[in-house]
Amino acid sequence: MNAPELTVIWAGIIALAVAIYVMLDGFDLGIGILLPWFAKGEEREIAINSVAPVWDGNETWLVLGGGGLLAAFPLAYAIILPALYAPLIAMLLGLILRGVSFEFRHRDPKHLTLWERSFTLGSFVATISQGIALGALLQGISVTGRSYGGGWWDWLSPFTLLCAVSLVAGYGLLGSCWLIFKTQGELQKRAFALAKPLSGLLLAAIVLVSLATPFLEAKYYARWIGAPGIYIAGVVPLAVAACAFQLWQSLVQRKELAPFLYTLALFALCFIGLAISIWPDVIPGRVSIWQAATDVKSQIFMFYGVAITLPLVLANTALAYWVFRGKATKEGYH
Amino acid sequence: MTAIDLARLQFAFTVSFHFLFPAFSIGLASFLAVLEGLWLKTGNGVYANLYRYWLKIFAVVFAMGVVSGIVMSYQFGTNWSVFSDKAGPIIGPLMAYEVLTAFFLEAGFLGVMLFGINKVGHRLHFAATLAVAAGTVISATWIVAVNSWMQTPTGYLINDVGQYVLRDGWFEVIFSPSFPYRLVHTVLAAYLTTAFAVGGVGAWHLLSDSGNPGARKMFSMTMWMAALVVPVQIIAGDAHGLNTLAYQEPKILAMEGHYQSSPQGAPLILFGLPNDQTRHVDYAIEIPKLGSLILKHELNAPLAGLDSIPQNMWPPVAIVFWSFRIMVGIGFAMLGIGMWSLWARYRKRLYQSPWLHRCAVLAGPSGFVAVLAGWATTEVGRQPFTIYGLLRTADSASSLAAPAVATSLLAFIVVYFAVFGAGTYYLLKLMAQPPHPHESLPDDTLHGPTKPAAAKALVESMT
Repeated sequence: MNAPELTVIWAGIIALAVAIYVMLDGFDLGIGILLPWFAKGEEREIAINSVAPVWDGNETWLVLGGGGLLAAFPLAYAIILPALYAPLIAMLLGLILRGVSFEFRHRDPKHLTLWERSFTLGSFVATISQGIALGALLQGISVTGRSYGGGWWDWLSPFTLLCAVSLVAGYGLLGSCWLIFKTQGELQKRAFALAKPLSGLLLAAIVLVSLATPFLEAKYYARWIGAPGIYIAGVVPLAVAACAFQLWQSLVQRKELAPFLYTLALFALCFIGLAISIWPDVIPGRVSIWQAATDVKSQIFMFYGVAITLPLVLANTALAYWVFRGKATKEGYH
Repeated sequence: MTAIDLARLQFAFTVSFHFLFPAFSIGLASFLAVLEGLWLKTGNGVYANLYRYWLKIFAVVFAMGVVSGIVMSYQFGTNWSVFSDKAGPIIGPLMAYEVLTAFFLEAGFLGVMLFGINKVGHRLHFAATLAVAAGTVISATWIVAVNSWMQTPTGYLINDVGQYVLRDGWFEVIFSPSFPYRLVHTVLAAYLTTAFAVGGVGAWHLLSDSGNPGARKMFSMTMWMAALVVPVQIIAGDAHGLNTLAYQEPKILAMEGHYQSSPQGAPLILFGLPNDQTRHVDYAIEIPKLGSLILKHELNAPLAGLDSIPQNMWPPVAIVFWSFRIMVGIGFAMLGIGMWSLWARYRKRLYQSPWLHRCAVLAGPSGFVAVLAGWATTEVGRQPFTIYGLLRTADSASSLAAPAVATSLLAFIVVYFAVFGAGTYYLLKLMAQPPHPHESLPDDTLHGPTKPAAAKALVESMT
């Protein structure tokens, strides 16, 4: 038994955790992906220093997303994770490689290049896997009884690969915009130079994914193309276009913070679009949030926990970013 | 091998690797908090230096703990989805609380702790260290609560789709019968693991320079831990054992090697080779009646054997029997070193006892072995169940395909050995350096020695 309203709130909390994760870890994964474009030595040093104090906090949102899904929607967790077996394992291995590289490069200057490469490889693999996982969820997961009913390669399709490319472009753009904001001089110039083609690539990817999505499921089609749906849903593409225009303007005008904020807004809009597609399901077309929801007592217990701790967590996160405000330098943050 | 065997192997492999890092970081975080507190209180620069010395090591250990931990939070779902579905309503909230109250606390203040030493005031920095230390212990508390509920489940109902859901209150779930014992035993184990690792490093440097003030300080501090906390741990372990006898009898019988019931008082089997076929411990060396004395506190108390339990409820006896002996053996070796250090301290030769130092170096990694052996005892000992008495391990897994699990297991093995092997090498390299008066910070190595600002702060702190 679950409480229908609490189930909606919990769907919102999990969605929020995933959204925050994507936006925050997105820029530090993006920096990993873009690292080969920066000059060895000082530039790479500054780029990595700009995220070193916060990456661990950023990644914690992923644990909240996974742990929260288990807690609030155990059935969804039990179906989605086996369905995404290969991409999730690859993501975990990528995150391991990337996470330790932060520390190991300090410990072993002789093998700096090796650890910078593994930093990039890990970031890249994690990003691709997340893109594939998202695409696989969106294109549908087959369910038998209370478990996953598909095969081991269901996650691989042209659509999921398209999603993977989109996320690489998206995280890359977030990373370059973060560097525009956090650095100066040559590195900032390079970040500006990267941001322009990346924003073009991301926009193209958004258009392609948006065009493909309505044809994945009849329900999506009805939502996005059908008569009542389109009046609400239609706002999203317009907002994306406006946002993309503003982003481009801010890049041309060499604004420092605005490109990052507009990119975040683009991510938020994509997320809203995603929510419009799958609501009120947690596994599109198969399992609704109410079917997957945990017991009402568990919902209430965790709700109090979130109500008390989430504001503290956000304050704590803000403090961490505040302490390391300003431009990143070669000397870490000294 | 079946897919389930492979999944079990994968879980055992990833959780064993993971456990080593929190066992170290729980202890190190508290140790760092003590060092910084002592530095702020006394102004003695030795503490500041030791803080910096161990902070670099902590940074590496913590990073490895975080990334190997994320694997655990997803592996429940990928490989053990039936368990996740059924147990989610009970253990999910506890794990969500772990993320909310511990992981975010740690992550939020870790950056300040590692990189903020010259960026924020002493007080805020100390607060950050305390927050990280508290986070590690809070995290341990929640995850031990989860594990204890799986070992001794209480306070649940089974709903119409087969899920375990809350019956009355969460207190009953969190404080399941084995929780207090397991928590104390686990946290003390983490502290002792760290104490012996730190003590081993101190002893190593004392062997080449018995005057090094940093090495002296860390050796002295950790030998106090060894002398005072090991006895407490042995008592806690004994109490935990009695609790296990009450709630998980087959585990205790496997640990003790009691295949046969002993109506007239059970012996204590010291060593031997458990043999499931003959239901007998071959070549056993035993002390009559002592088993009953330890478990029932009475010489002639009858003790049931595994023969009173259907064999399909037995854990794998030999693994449990031996891992338990490894843990206990190391515990008593630790006790010996603690007592030896007291004697050396009394004789005022704590820093001039090369044999004590050699033994302490040898005991440096012993805590890690003991932790893994203890973990194996309790986890293998509750087989064949994931949720004791309720859900069998064989019924907990996802509908797995053996090739997929085999591939991922192989990938985990390759990546873990490469990555954590490199990490261990870097840790040993850091530990091989003696602590010196101008200890650098975690992000200094690439830019040469300590920076002027840091050096200045340090000189001020020492004068």
